[in-house]
Amino acid sequence: MKSFLDSWGLSLATFVPLIGVAIMLVIPKAEEQLHKVVALVTTLVTAAIGVLLLVNFDYSHAGEFQFVVDKPWIEFINSRYHMGLDGISLPLLALTLLVVPLCIIYSWNHFPEPRNPKAFLVLILILETGMIGSFLAEDLILFFVFFEIVLLPMYFLIGVWGGEQRQYASIKFFLYTLFGSALMIVSFLALYFLTDKVLVDGVAMHTFDMQQLPLAAKGLSSMAAVLIFGGMFMGFGIKVPIFPFHTWLPDAHTQAPTVGSVILAAVLLKLGTYGFIRIAIPILPGAAQSWAPWIGLLAVIGIVYGALCCLAQTDMKRLIAFSSVAHMGYVMLAISSLTAIGMNAAIFGMVAHGLITGMLFFVAGSVKERYHTLEIKRLGGMLVSMPHLGWILGITTMASLGLPGLAGFWGEFPAILSAWDTQFGHVGLFRGYMVVAAIGTVLAAGYLL
Amino acid sequence: MLTHVWVIPGLMTVSFLLILFFGKRFTERVTSGIGIFFIAVCFVLSCVTVANWVQRINHPIADISADVALVTQPGGGPAPIAGQSDREAIVGARRGPLEGSIDQLVKAGETTTPASAEAATTEAATTEPAATEPAATEPAATEAAASAEHEAKASPIVARWTWFEWGSLKFEFGFIADGLSILMLFTVTAISLLVHIYSKEYLHGDVRFTHYYAFLSLFSAAMLFYVTSSNTIQMLTGWELVGVCSFALIGHWWEDKKNSDAALKAFLTNRVGDVGLIIGVVITFYAAGATSFNVLHINQYALSPGANQTLLLVGGLCLFGGVTSKSGQFPLHTWLPDAMAGPTPVSALIHAATMVVAGVYLIARLYSVFYEGLNIGANFVNYIAVIGGITIVAGALLAFVQTDIKKVLAYSTISQLGYMVMALGVGAWTGAIFHLFTHAFFKACLFLGAGSVSHAAHHTFDMRKMGGLRKFMPATFATFIIGTIALMGLFPFAGFWSKDEVLAGSLNGQQHPYVLMLVLGVIGAAMTCLYMSRLIYLTFFGEYRGHGTPHESPKVMTIPLWILAIGAIVLGFLNLPNFFKVGSFDYTTRFEHFVEPTFAFPEINHAEFNVGLAVGTTVVAGIAIFVAYQYFWRRKSVFLGLRDKVRAFAWGYKVLENKFYLDHLYTDVVVGGVKGPVARASYWFNNQVIDTVVNSAGRGAVASGRALYTQVDQKVIDGLVLSTGTGADESGEALRHMQTGRVQQYAALLFAGVAFLAIILVIFV
Repeated sequence: MKSFLDSWGLSLATFVPLIGVAIMLVIPKAEEQLHKVVALVTTLVTAAIGVLLLVNFDYSHAGEFQFVVDKPWIEFINSRYHMGLDGISLPLLALTLLVVPLCIIYSWNHFPEPRNPKAFLVLILILETGMIGSFLAEDLILFFVFFEIVLLPMYFLIGVWGGEQRQYASIKFFLYTLFGSALMIVSFLALYFLTDKVLVDGVAMHTFDMQQLPLAAKGLSSMAAVLIFGGMFMGFGIKVPIFPFHTWLPDAHTQAPTVGSVILAAVLLKLGTYGFIRIAIPILPGAAQSWAPWIGLLAVIGIVYGALCCLAQTDMKRLIAFSSVAHMGYVMLAISSLTAIGMNAAIFGMVAHGLITGMLFFVAGSVKERYHTLEIKRLGGMLVSMPHLGWILGITTMASLGLPGLAGFWGEFPAILSAWDTQFGHVGLFRGYMVVAAIGTVLAAGYLL
Repeated sequence: MLTHVWVIPGLMTVSFLLILFFGKRFTERVTSGIGIFFIAVCFVLSCVTVANWVQRINHPIADISADVALVTQPGGGPAPIAGQSDREAIVGARRGPLEGSIDQLVKAGETTTPASAEAATTEAATTEPAATEPAATEPAATEAAASAEHEAKASPIVARWTWFEWGSLKFEFGFIADGLSILMLFTVTAISLLVHIYSKEYLHGDVRFTHYYAFLSLFSAAMLFYVTSSNTIQMLTGWELVGVCSFALIGHWWEDKKNSDAALKAFLTNRVGDVGLIIGVVITFYAAGATSFNVLHINQYALSPGANQTLLLVGGLCLFGGVTSKSGQFPLHTWLPDAMAGPTPVSALIHAATMVVAGVYLIARLYSVFYEGLNIGANFVNYIAVIGGITIVAGALLAFVQTDIKKVLAYSTISQLGYMVMALGVGAWTGAIFHLFTHAFFKACLFLGAGSVSHAAHHTFDMRKMGGLRKFMPATFATFIIGTIALMGLFPFAGFWSKDEVLAGSLNGQQHPYVLMLVLGVIGAAMTCLYMSRLIYLTFFGEYRGHGTPHESPKVMTIPLWILAIGAIVLGFLNLPNFFKVGSFDYTTRFEHFVEPTFAFPEINHAEFNVGLAVGTTVVAGIAIFVAYQYFWRRKSVFLGLRDKVRAFAWGYKVLENKFYLDHLYTDVVVGGVKGPVARASYWFNNQVIDTVVNSAGRGAVASGRALYTQVDQKVIDGLVLSTGTGADESGEALRHMQTGRVQQYAALLFAGVAFLAIILVIFV
């Protein structure tokens, strides 16, 4: 079992959804029930593989990559099919594997107009492949491919099944991210060409390998490193989204169908922060230190600004979207502290935000289903008319505002904790950020209640 | 039991879950029965814990069972609890290398994380979960001779487990059992039990009876969890959880907009204070070497000679921010009177006896931090004491102008909390905690009494619609009077002893007397007598002004009242001053003996009973009561009609009626500002500035694309193509002439063409 997982586990987890897609493509469109079953079974099988991986994961060596697959892929440029699972990817993988089946179950009887379950579910499965692959890829090109695979299905989900302004929202989403991606790929290429060569089978070649790049990038001039980091910053930062590149998010969230919002909030935003933790910072730690004060600044602006914008909202989904901006601000603040606590806080914050915000969007979707409005003012008395949903909303809200003991707190508090003691100077600056971030928690209480 | 205090909050959690998930299927009787049963068991367990603790102090045991991890002294260093004589040396040394360990820690951190962990372990005082006894501490100056042995043995018992680790950072999960936490366990379970019983009748027939009992249980669980937490993170959790329960219970009748607004206000005001608390927790954590959130560890650090006093000061003030909101200190007290919108038993339990003292408990628990940070030992004025003093007077002043009986009591609570905080500020630790303890009983008695009154008088709390109730409800009247006397601090009721200890502590001070605090305290005492007399007069004397006929409340409600009233009478004797000691039997200062920590605790100066002060305050109280008697009962007083005669008085009255305009400041200016203009401006910025940039970038791209298409693509390129097309036609014509059908000619042309391409390739590539 273990050896099978070692060689096939990650590939299966990534590509089983595509097998499901292949099956669904040959089933005629009218067989809706069959489509649903196939899609659900596919995601459940994927999740089962994921569970096996989680069970067999050696938690005492969480810092090392496990179940590694490393095969030549595009030999000409020394890009490899290199996948691995470690303590950073593991929680995000688990999150993805949890969220996608839930989305399919959620939409079981509630396909948004214009229905067409076949296309809808196929897109979700493709999305799953892209997300899982991104979290597992250990090669920049491979990562980039998965990263971009995510983009298209999401574009269609918003553009076809979205609300009234879906055209605008989907194009905005697409262009924003694509713009980031363009800068990101340029950065990847620059890394490839400017870093030292490594030996592959005795031949010196440039590399895209994430594990070899930190060493290879040692020789990079600091200017080049800072510029390359800047490119990646744009690519990942737009995805997070960091203030001021966040404006695609409220539109996308408001217009997307519920399931789209959930996946977007729960998993897609994490691709950005994951990119920082996995790629940008380990490969270019020096440049990260030059950038950190700015990232921290944008992060705390995001926290306060997101919260303030929330206060001005009347639409529930838009409110949750802006609260995402604020929460991802905490995650980015934790990352920008560049401390071990900060990284842990960020990962915890990512998972917590994924669960909480995903949940909130599910609730918002259900509310819309019943009330046909998301105007907050008209939603009073939920606890009476639908006690279960009301309770769930209440608890999720409490978690979202970082109530200790619930998930949100463990992302928020350590983030604040990490900002006290940065290890590369700027201590005073980050302590200022810390205070602002702490004040952000009050605003969070203000808009959520 | 001492190692298993976690059972107590655990049981209440079970109760909460039972009621929450199955409550709907039960009748009221069963629901309340579950709650009462569990809290009763908890109460019994608390009593067992108290007994165990008394046993432990009286008969120190040498060996501690192996599963108990005791916090040890800092590795190798001298015991941090120094005697009075060493104090000067510590203070002197502190001016020197005080930032050593922290600075080195920061520098060491520049390398790798494990290295910084190493540095932290070696540089800063750290705790090891070893089951060893702490080194014998030096004998305390003020304690009896036997206390050296007692100190070594009666250290707190901390049961703790590592919850999870992040690199060098260990998150612990632990429970502490010492005099303070056990006292709180006892107080909370006792009051909570009585409130659980009382509510059965009070909330009878309520729409959300289940919801109420579920939250009452959850609140008890959270509060008990809070007081037994061994580290600041857990305390933060408990702190917020009680806040949520308070929020839910204040808004219990949320159909009325006023109630849900009050709940929201309470929650938000507390969140403001929590900012301070969170930052304070972070600062104390890093100050104490960034290895542990354990309160004893932090206290030990604060007392160690190398402690960074600036950090302690900042950390202490930040923590005090949390205290300010939770314990209703000026100027964040505004939520507490509004919180009276909740059911009355809740007001008694949460907003008088237990939750609001969470802040006082926080200071008491981390007392070394405050003591060293604010330099309480060597001061004659400091921030905490001043805020406490202001709160005493401000609360008492506001209590005068209320017409709602519960609001008078709420402001009275604020004022009394001021006493506790002030006591901590002047170093009278035991006085503060003793007052907390007695206040919990007599104030709960008063609140439940007010509930009983309202139950009788058609659910109104407006004193203008009461009057003369003493005839209709003798039991409530009697207990209420007892509670009032205790609150006024008249001899020999509980309030007298605890309040006297606070005032004596202010007079005595540590190195200097805290004169200002003493004056504020005495003024507060006089005012307490005045406003309580007013309340008694309006409620129980005169003619009944409401409608219907009032009636005495049922036994379920009066029995808790009597129990609390008895507490209000006798509990003061628990800490009789040494002054009253006759013979060799140990019955004085028992409270101090059992409750005051001896481990990681600053060496504080205990005030002795001061006959002059006690007589003086009694006389002041007597005068105040006399004045009130003249004013209300006899209607013969120079103060009658003062509001019309003196303009300054009228103006003052208006300020009080508007609660110092603080609510206007918070609601209209701060909240209104942030929610209105600022939020809208941010959103405007979002939509108008950022999105305009984005959209115009998009539009620009589309426009330039279109331009490219119409101008370049259609005209230039297509023009070229088309012209090639026409060109082709024409050249076709021309070529036709060349198409002669002769193979050689074709070959020649082919060759020419290839040669031409070859030349181009050679030249350009």
